[in-house]
Amino acid sequence: MTVRLRGRAWVFGSDVNTDVMAPGLYVKAPMAEMARHCMEALDPRFAAEVRPGDIVVGGERFGVGSAREQAAMALTHLGVGAVLAVSFGRIFYRNALNFGLPALFFPQAAEIHAGDELEVEPLAGLIRNTTRGREYRVDGIPAHLMDMVAAGGLMPYLKRRLAGPREERD
Amino acid sequence: MADAAAPATLAQKIIARAAGRPAVTPGEIVTCRVDLALLLDSGGPRRIWPRLKELGATVWDPERIVLVTDHFVPAVDAESAAILRLTRDFARQFGIRRFFDMQGIGHVLLMEQGLLQPGMFVCGGDSHSSNGGAFGAYVMGFGAIEMTGVVVTGEIWVPVPDTIRVNWSGGFARGITAKDVMLVLCRELGMDNAFRCIEYGGDTVAAMSLGERAVLCNMAAELGAETGLVEADATTVEAIRAAGREPVADALGWRSDPAATYRAVHDFDAARLVPQVAAPHSPANSGAVTALPDTAIDQAYIGSCMGAKLEDLHCVAEVLRGRRVAAGVRFLVAPASQKIWAEAAADGTLAAITAAGATFLPSGCGACAALGAGVLAEDEVCISSTNRNFKGRMGANSAEVYLASPYTVAASAVAGRITDPREFLS
Repeated sequence: MTVRLRGRAWVFGSDVNTDVMAPGLYVKAPMAEMARHCMEALDPRFAAEVRPGDIVVGGERFGVGSAREQAAMALTHLGVGAVLAVSFGRIFYRNALNFGLPALFFPQAAEIHAGDELEVEPLAGLIRNTTRGREYRVDGIPAHLMDMVAAGGLMPYLKRRLAGPREERD
Repeated sequence: MADAAAPATLAQKIIARAAGRPAVTPGEIVTCRVDLALLLDSGGPRRIWPRLKELGATVWDPERIVLVTDHFVPAVDAESAAILRLTRDFARQFGIRRFFDMQGIGHVLLMEQGLLQPGMFVCGGDSHSSNGGAFGAYVMGFGAIEMTGVVVTGEIWVPVPDTIRVNWSGGFARGITAKDVMLVLCRELGMDNAFRCIEYGGDTVAAMSLGERAVLCNMAAELGAETGLVEADATTVEAIRAAGREPVADALGWRSDPAATYRAVHDFDAARLVPQVAAPHSPANSGAVTALPDTAIDQAYIGSCMGAKLEDLHCVAEVLRGRRVAAGVRFLVAPASQKIWAEAAADGTLAAITAAGATFLPSGCGACAALGAGVLAEDEVCISSTNRNFKGRMGANSAEVYLASPYTVAASAVAGRITDPREFLS
């Protein structure tokens, strides 16, 4: 996982739910096709114009709704570097970290404007708005998940755990 | 370190037991052993099996896995047929004996089959897994990636939640259901309750069936909570026996201590409730049906883990007897399981609903999540007994979904517009 991420901000409001990130009409389709419809109910330009490393900023309850992991996967598929939000839906938050997509609680999310250039250090909990010259200290990735997120997500972590010596398993 | 003798909530007691600890404190992160894992065709084998192969791993205990096909049944295209075939192959390959293929919706099957017991710690690969909290079990929903971890290790990390106690007292007036309770709570408690468990109680809840309690716990997902719970009592024990199982010896002990610490306690008066409707596009956007502007509908839907159990069909039949579905309205009814179909056929409920002009659909998640028959077109308006009305949830992005009780959905189907069901009940 990159220590410092840089990208443009895509700003969304509150209650961005998993159905708009991974619409039910497309959940059977391959990820490449489903990701083209990610967020289309809120911003039809997003999937086509988001660039690798860009950062998604949300309001309250980002990722509220279903357990479908395709919501977090669609964002990683499109290359989103991190998600910053005032609060998160609990399953989306866990899914994001499990795919190695940094998700940070960011109380001042409303101070970010669409297109602002951001720098994020997810493990340290540092957010810089280089467009506006502001810096924020937030809670980093929770300590008990640091190993898993640093390994790149749950799958690399499980591989290490299954392969590792016994004492590492306990 | 938590003191084992300190008063604890039910959530703390179950998590402590599953974590092998004498006691746990809210805010702690602990690793729990999983008593039962529910896998569905949606986020189950199709997403977990490739990962097992990648890891070179197998399932930790096939006896602790329940596998259900409900999201993509029956197959409507080549993709859903392939997903279902893979799910059936997985059951054979790993010797999953508790495989329920097209028998109904997973959350309802866990109840019908008597697979939940007070004090159990259960993980499900679906956000509405909280439904099972009706049995005094701690049942949480997770994404498929984490269910992969559960299937491989039999463990998962969870935060020990703060518990919010929600008491309801008084009897319901005619035409009021547990669904109306939850639409009030989505508005009053909001949907931002991560790291909290909602524990429902009071004499209203004590008088509820397990099916009604499941409605409260199911929509704890809409409150954003870790899960929802109802303490075990004589009704819980009876329901387990009715499902053909023996309750665990300590079933009635799975309750919060009287002196347990709650983050908040809320008291509500059930006797004053009027039918509720949640307008698009959030379950929290709710209010009294009487305050809603005149709203014509294209479709009415009875379905999902939430709103299509036998008691829900009884509400529908009660409204429909001697009446007809309005011209130009599609009234779609998808009973939640095969067992419910059989019971509703035997007691005349299916006949009453059919005579009124409703259309039956197969048991499954179906239109609730835009997966099966009954999907909405652009700008269509639907009233639904389901739990979620987010934009695009039931089909087109511009479709408008209103959430309500089975009574209100049926009354609206008859009137052709969203209607107070009390006018239809004697």
